[in-house]
Parts: sequence; structure tokens; C-alpha cells
Amino acid sequence: MNLAELQRKLTAAARRQAPDERVPYAFEKRIMALIAERAAVSGRILLAQGLWRAAVSCVAVAAVCGAVLFFTPASVDNSNDLSQDFENTLLASVDQADTAP
Amino acid sequence: MEESEAELISAVLKGDRAKFEPLVAKYSPRVFATARRYARRESEIEDIVQEVWLKAFDKLGSFRGEAPFEHWLMRMTVRTCYDFLRGHQRNRESSFSEISEPEEDWLERFVADPGHAAEDADAARLLINRVLEKLAPDARLVIQLLEIEDRSVKEIAELTGWSVPLVKVRAFRARAEMRKILARMTKDKYL
Repeated sequence: MNLAELQRKLTAAARRQAPDERVPYAFEKRIMALIAERAAVSGRILLAQGLWRAAVSCVAVAAVCGAVLFFTPASVDNSNDLSQDFENTLLASVDQADTAP
Repeated sequence: MEESEAELISAVLKGDRAKFEPLVAKYSPRVFATARRYARRESEIEDIVQEVWLKAFDKLGSFRGEAPFEHWLMRMTVRTCYDFLRGHQRNRESSFSEISEPEEDWLERFVADPGHAAEDADAARLLINRVLEKLAPDARLVIQLLEIEDRSVKEIAELTGWSVPLVKVRAFRARAEMRKILARMTKDKYL
């Protein structure tokens, strides 16, 4: 059998096949709906990712603060008591008024 | 007044998604025609076209406007069809035993008198589709573009992203593979 001729004939048959350009009804609407749906989903995904990242950073900061507080020895020296110093500063004018003749 | 393609594309890129719809409506017939050359089932064809448009929307920013939008879209279509062929190679395994009666008659007519077998017969079209389905994805793509759509090697290189020498090598191999399939088909039937 002449295979080259068979190949030529079949290729010619394929060439004669007119391209079928039919488009399903409202196909463009379907594509636009898919695009809108994907955009909404990606917006939600972005928000969720942002929230997760924020939550992770908050937990990390809390853990660091906790560790610092836990490993820092409590001071017993009153001279370093900031609250006392703060109170003395605030009430300094009242103390001066009390001691004045 | 109707907006030009460039205006529509620039509006889509600025965030006006609705402007993409006229582009989909205008070019879907061509995309469907191309997809129908590589897939048989209507559901598969619709999946391919859908994927093409979603990719086109996602990658619209990479369209530089130097060539017509249609060329850029057809490149994407051909590459999506090639990916589809690579993912659906199961049909290549089947034998030629399921050839229908009209196809068999056409082949018998060809064997008896090659000039007598009409090229415009439906049976010939069924046979060539059967042969194309048995080709490897790259061979099928090359045969389709080079032999059936009559495109130049340079055009195929642009559409597929392959180099010109690679297209030539693949075309040579594809023709040989097609002859081998035809030989097997005729051997199955007549020996």
C-alpha cells in the first residue's frame, strides 16, 4: 500500500474539515462570573493570610515579653522603685507646701 | 461608541473587570475552533477554553501590545491545548480494531484504487482524527499546525515557544510517527 499517498489523502481530508466556531450560549457571562468569583475568593484569602500573619506576630511579641518578665529577677532595692520615685515627683509640690513655715 | 481593544485592555488592567467581556465575546469563536482540533468531547473543549480565558485575564499585564491581542491569545490557546494533550494520552493506547464500517470501506476503496477514495468523505475525516489521536502530543501539535493548518515553521515556533530547529526536528519525527501509525493500521486490517 502507498503509505505516502494515504498520508497525503488523510491530511487533505483533515484540511477540508471546516473549523467549528460554535460558542455555547452566554459563555462570556460564565467566564465573567468565574473571574468575579475568583477575585472574591482571592480577596478573602488575602484577608485571612493578613490576619494569620498579624496573629502570629502578636503571639511572638507576647512570648518575648513573657520571657523577659519571667527571666528578669525581681528587684528588692527600693531605691530603684520607679513607682515610688514617680509618686515623690508628683507629690513634691504638696510636700514642699506642707514643710513650709 | 465602541471602545478599541487597546482601550478595553487598559481599562481591565486599571481594575474594570467588566471590560474583559467584549474581548471574550469577540475571540471565543476562534478559541473554540482551535480547541476543537485537539479535544473531542464538548466538556473537555469548554474546559480548555475556560482555562485559556482565565489565564488570559491573569496574565493580561504581560500583554505589551506590540502584536495584536489575537496573536497573544492564540499563543496561549495553542499552549493550553498542548498541555491538555500531554495530560490526556490515554487514547493513544487503543488499537485500530474499533474502526467503523464506513472507515473500513474507505480504506478498502483506497487499497483498490487510491484515486477513487474521496478526500471529502466523512470516513476519511474520522480516520485522520483516529490517527491524530494516536500521535504523541508534540507530534500531533506539529502535524496539526504544519500539515493541516498550513502554518510556517516560524509561525509554529512563535505559537509553541519552541525554537525553529526544534520545530523542524519534531516535524520530521512527527511525519515518521504518522507513517508508522498508518502502517500499523493497514497491517492490522489487511495482513
